Amino acid sequence: MRFIKSDINIDFFSKRKTAFGISVVLILISIVSLVIHKGPRYGIDFVGGTLIQVKFLSPSSLTEIKSGLSTVDLGKSSVQLFGDPKDNEYLIRTDKSAMTGKGFSSQVKTALESATGSAVEIRRVEMVGPQVGKDLREKALFAMFYALLFITVYISGRFELKWILSGVMAGTLIGAVSFLSIFKVSIPFLIIAALIVTLVFFWFLKLKYAMGAIVALIHDVTITVGIFSILDKEFTLPLIAALLTIIGYSLNDTIIVFDRIRENLRKHQKNPLEIIVNRSINETLSRTILTSLTTLVVVVSLFVLGGGIIHDFAFAMIIGVLIGTYSSIFVASPIILVLQEGRKK
Amino acid sequence: MWPHKKINLGLDLQGGMHLVLEVDTIKAVESTIERITHELRGFLKKERIRHLGINRVEDTKILLIIPDNDQIEKFDTLLDKEFKDLRILSRSTEDGNQTILMDLPGKETDLIQKLATEQALETIRNRIDQFGVSEPDIRLQGERRILIQLPGIKDTQRAKELIGKTALLEFKLVDETHNINDALKGNTPPGSEILYHVAEDPETRRVRKTPYLLKRRTLLTGAYLTEARVEIDSQFNEPYVSIKFDKKGGRIFERITGENVKKRLAIVLDNKVYSAPVIQEKIAGGEARITGNFTTEEARDLAIILRAGALPAPVQILEERTVGPSLGADSIHKGLVSMIIGGILVVLFMIIYYKGSGLIADIALILNILLIAGGLAALQATLTLPGIAGIILTIGMAVDANVLIFERIREEVGIGKTPYAAVDAGYNRATLTILDANITTLIAALVLFQFGTGPVKGFAVTLSLGVLSSLFTALFLTRIIFDYLLRYRKIKTLSI
Repeated sequence: MRFIKSDINIDFFSKRKTAFGISVVLILISIVSLVIHKGPRYGIDFVGGTLIQVKFLSPSSLTEIKSGLSTVDLGKSSVQLFGDPKDNEYLIRTDKSAMTGKGFSSQVKTALESATGSAVEIRRVEMVGPQVGKDLREKALFAMFYALLFITVYISGRFELKWILSGVMAGTLIGAVSFLSIFKVSIPFLIIAALIVTLVFFWFLKLKYAMGAIVALIHDVTITVGIFSILDKEFTLPLIAALLTIIGYSLNDTIIVFDRIRENLRKHQKNPLEIIVNRSINETLSRTILTSLTTLVVVVSLFVLGGGIIHDFAFAMIIGVLIGTYSSIFVASPIILVLQEGRKK
Repeated sequence: MWPHKKINLGLDLQGGMHLVLEVDTIKAVESTIERITHELRGFLKKERIRHLGINRVEDTKILLIIPDNDQIEKFDTLLDKEFKDLRILSRSTEDGNQTILMDLPGKETDLIQKLATEQALETIRNRIDQFGVSEPDIRLQGERRILIQLPGIKDTQRAKELIGKTALLEFKLVDETHNINDALKGNTPPGSEILYHVAEDPETRRVRKTPYLLKRRTLLTGAYLTEARVEIDSQFNEPYVSIKFDKKGGRIFERITGENVKKRLAIVLDNKVYSAPVIQEKIAGGEARITGNFTTEEARDLAIILRAGALPAPVQILEERTVGPSLGADSIHKGLVSMIIGGILVVLFMIIYYKGSGLIADIALILNILLIAGGLAALQATLTLPGIAGIILTIGMAVDANVLIFERIREEVGIGKTPYAAVDAGYNRATLTILDANITTLIAALVLFQFGTGPVKGFAVTLSLGVLSSLFTALFLTRIIFDYLLRYRKIKTLSI
């Protein structure tokens, strides 16, 4: 059985302007949403605060819960349903974080029990101090930036044999960023600036494969974060894990196509690059669609059955798989062409 | 068959508490400076060096005013002999009096801070050992943070109090000469302070604070304790803590009680008055009782803390993650269910799409999962809920490698090669691609491992193990199966 016929020949190349347009629109929407919401909606992992997951043994209304909570000194707080409605589980979140040492959870439990008349079970308590949250935010950004750099070195080496060049570039960038981070520079801006510098390096050093791959990855991460922002979902630590996985996974796809391009370049040296790229995408289409499908099957199963905590993680993965596949075809490969054309001029 | 006994379960799967404490090492420096000031005062008196006042100022500095020149010379000699570590920040002379400002240099304060953190770690470890938690994990994190993991713990409030209490035990005399009401209005006499006895009425839950006017000077501290035990008072059937001092402490205690018969001695723990009994007579033998309307549990916890010793500096809880056991069990359940269902779906799909070869891939897949489980057990790594997600993800991605190979083989068959040659070419062509793709995922996983904590680290571990095992099964294992079938079973056409 096969989904894709072996002699398939979709003209991806001609569609690239449309695809470019769609990508730009998606990225713009993401950035606009992030700006409007003043950044991603950070969970307590990143801004500090306290989170309590409670389970009511008999169904209770949100108003009862909120009135119960008002008797406890919570600061700015929010309550929302968590997971399956029939589980009667709620997440209570406050921005105060110095409280768990003082019997905070038992206070909340008693208050809720008297307000709703239902037995209450504290399933989970998480408290993160504000400094820890800030540290984690910065660490996450560094982690993703370094991952991108290491990947750059690997790709430039494998596909263009430019190990030393890319290695030196990555080394200087890591050094510069670490050095600058000692001063009180705003870390997000530092990383964004570093990314832009990296891309500029790519252009001038003609690391076209790395450029294609990294631009596709930035594209994927930005849109995933953007969708989370648009849907007003919380940005937590497991989400960073999802983003790094998406980076690895989207790269998978991209490399498969690049590999084919490299192989076809050797075999059909006379053909223009556009034809080769198009051909390569078509040849790998079957495999690309298939892996995305099997991974989707598995991730959807996680999404549906995995429970509240895994839910958001699985959602991010679903977006990532879809966007990752799309970007390997419509973002990474055309970039190589753009750089190639740039050189010819 | 599932080796779940040998695999460590993360806190999010077995329930328990994760705490990150930060030691207030600056306070440790402050206490040291305070102690040095006290010692210096004593030496100045002993050497008969006249001075107009020596005090701790600006938290970590010592200010001394000396009236005339030859005293200054004597002071300098004293400094060189007994206080070599002190650093002189400034000297200024006014009206014939020299004002000297001193502190400890950075190297010394760094050492104090480091020792404070290490000692806090040991004390906390002591306390937790006595509390009786199975397999606690207590370790340093960074320069002044302590990471504590207590799996399976149920009474989290009690554990937090036990861990976080500074537990500085002090004995101070009650100031009987001054009026406590004057002091409460704001006129606290020098050398005295107001501390409170805090009691919670168990029925009304109202907290009552009773003030005591105490002489500020600490006569004896818990550092001299050798023992602390819970005993039951036979008369009132109430638990109390019986403490015993070491020889030196016993002598000090004897002297204090001897000099202050009929006066009240306050027992202060962390600046809260526990009790202030009247000294009936001189007490030799260094034993005393701490009473205070305890429950047996409170008495036991107090005894634990006194035995383990006081924390050298206060600690603050920076981060806490507590998972109740029922949630842990639920998470395992949900994780396993999604893994099984996802796995079955993929297995079926592979068979339908790739037929016989799909079956081979499925065998590889099952082996993959076993390898990951084995890897986790062998490395004593911790399986967390995101870790289970990582395994599930590997299921989807492991298939990728097989798909690559199979698609290649289909291509080669399409060109017209014999089964054996097609398989050979398929593997050869695909290997490099598979390596490239998987190594980049591995890079992402390794970065995540470096940066992540707890559950996320667990995810990075299973993802890495998954990548490695799928490389092995896809490139090596399935190849062997194919070879076996082609060579010894002489299959003519590939079921692919």
